[in-house]
Amino acid sequence: MTGILGNFGRYFLLMRRVFSRAEKKKVYGPLITDEMIKIGVQSVGIVALLSFFMGAVVTLQTAANIESGWIPKWTVGYTTRQTMIYEFSSTIVALVLAGKVGSNIASEIGTMRISEQIDALDIMGVNSASYLILPKLIASTVMFPFLVLMAMSVGICSGAIVGTMTKAVSLNDFIYGIQYDFDSYGIVYSLIKTVFFAFILSTIPAYHGYYASGGALEVGKSSTKGVVYSMVAVMVANYLLTQILLL
Amino acid sequence: MIQVQNISKSFKEVKVLTDISIDFLPGKINFIIGRSGQGKSVLLKCMVGLLEPDAGSILYDGVDFLNMDEDQHKAIRQEVGMLFQGAALFDSMTVEENVMFPLTMYSNLTYSEKLVKVNECLERVNLVGKNNLYPAELSGGMKKRTGIARAIIMNPKFLFVDEPNSGLDPETSIVIDNLIRNITYDLGSTTIVVSHDMNSVMEIGDNINFISGGRVEWQGDKHDLLKAENEALNNFVFASEFMQEIKENLRGE
Repeated sequence: MTGILGNFGRYFLLMRRVFSRAEKKKVYGPLITDEMIKIGVQSVGIVALLSFFMGAVVTLQTAANIESGWIPKWTVGYTTRQTMIYEFSSTIVALVLAGKVGSNIASEIGTMRISEQIDALDIMGVNSASYLILPKLIASTVMFPFLVLMAMSVGICSGAIVGTMTKAVSLNDFIYGIQYDFDSYGIVYSLIKTVFFAFILSTIPAYHGYYASGGALEVGKSSTKGVVYSMVAVMVANYLLTQILLL
Repeated sequence: MIQVQNISKSFKEVKVLTDISIDFLPGKINFIIGRSGQGKSVLLKCMVGLLEPDAGSILYDGVDFLNMDEDQHKAIRQEVGMLFQGAALFDSMTVEENVMFPLTMYSNLTYSEKLVKVNECLERVNLVGKNNLYPAELSGGMKKRTGIARAIIMNPKFLFVDEPNSGLDPETSIVIDNLIRNITYDLGSTTIVVSHDMNSVMEIGDNINFISGGRVEWQGDKHDLLKAENEALNNFVFASEFMQEIKENLRGE
């Protein structure tokens, strides 16, 4: 219990350092741009690929489970839209990014810790927590919503393509379904969640990397911890935000 | 001048430093020597603020480093240069970007003005034309020299050097030693070197502080070192048969 509380305390102290005494603004510009490319642009491929298959699978599973003639076929499009917008695009993409981005952040900062690069920053008087973590946090918060919007679009489009190619649903029914009872709040809800997930996915792995100690083995362990704890935190936040925003 | 006064430091039950007091003089190369695990690096980390001592004070030109506010800390850190044992170069940056880093953080110079200073430093450490190489492309000696260039770009008043010759061949070690000597005398900086390389100590050491068991066992200059009667110091300095022969020869004289 002390360990958990201790980690919480150390995490919040680190966050305080991230937001206090930032360096010169012009220093952050190139760093944020660089991180936006690493965290956002370089994740486009994997997010698009996974969203394509998620949309396709949701469409096929829904079609396969609607056997009753009383349920209209456009329900397939409706279900795909609701699933992609409300849950899959934000939460599943967040879990995928925890693996890709989270492990990268933890291992990068962890390696800097054990090779004394963070000590070098501290000795130069640079606020190492802010210099290393803030650009990643800003880049994630800016780029994740775009990735989620892309995931929604790709998932719904892939549902339409696969659904019509396999004749599980006609294109007209699918399009009718994705337009039926559309509430744009679903997108807002998903994007609000994404901002929280971006915070979690950039800071928890960064925390584990920042306090890594020892050698290469410990960097690997800190990377694993960063990914696992951020995934758990994403699921807890997902539950809490859903309760707050939808009920 | 840096004055370390009555510094003690423990990790849980293990006492690493006990009541250490040393004056590190400006314009001199001050060595901290001793066997591995005797607290040399812990003392260095306390002096640069990476560790907080349990007791005592550290004075930078008479001002207590441990009781400075954030602005004072930031100001004093701009007067500090440090060469790490593994050089601690930023992997994602080129040689030029590494050396330029302190200027980017703390000066308002234009890129071309910064580049002039960087090239001066690279020339000084004999790395002309290596601007665009990454740390992974450098040899151990080149990394150390890049680390030195980064440490001196702000003309530091206080220069800390941790194990400058570890992992280097004797010839490269002499190059690094000479660089440390020239920089110290040119800048008039208070240079503190942590090492257990006796060649280096005898080559460039001005003041030598021998630490054993977390205490200062002996202080003096390199001429006194070979004639000292301290048993722990003699066991450290004359550990090899070769050095024992030198000792016998000295006694014969």
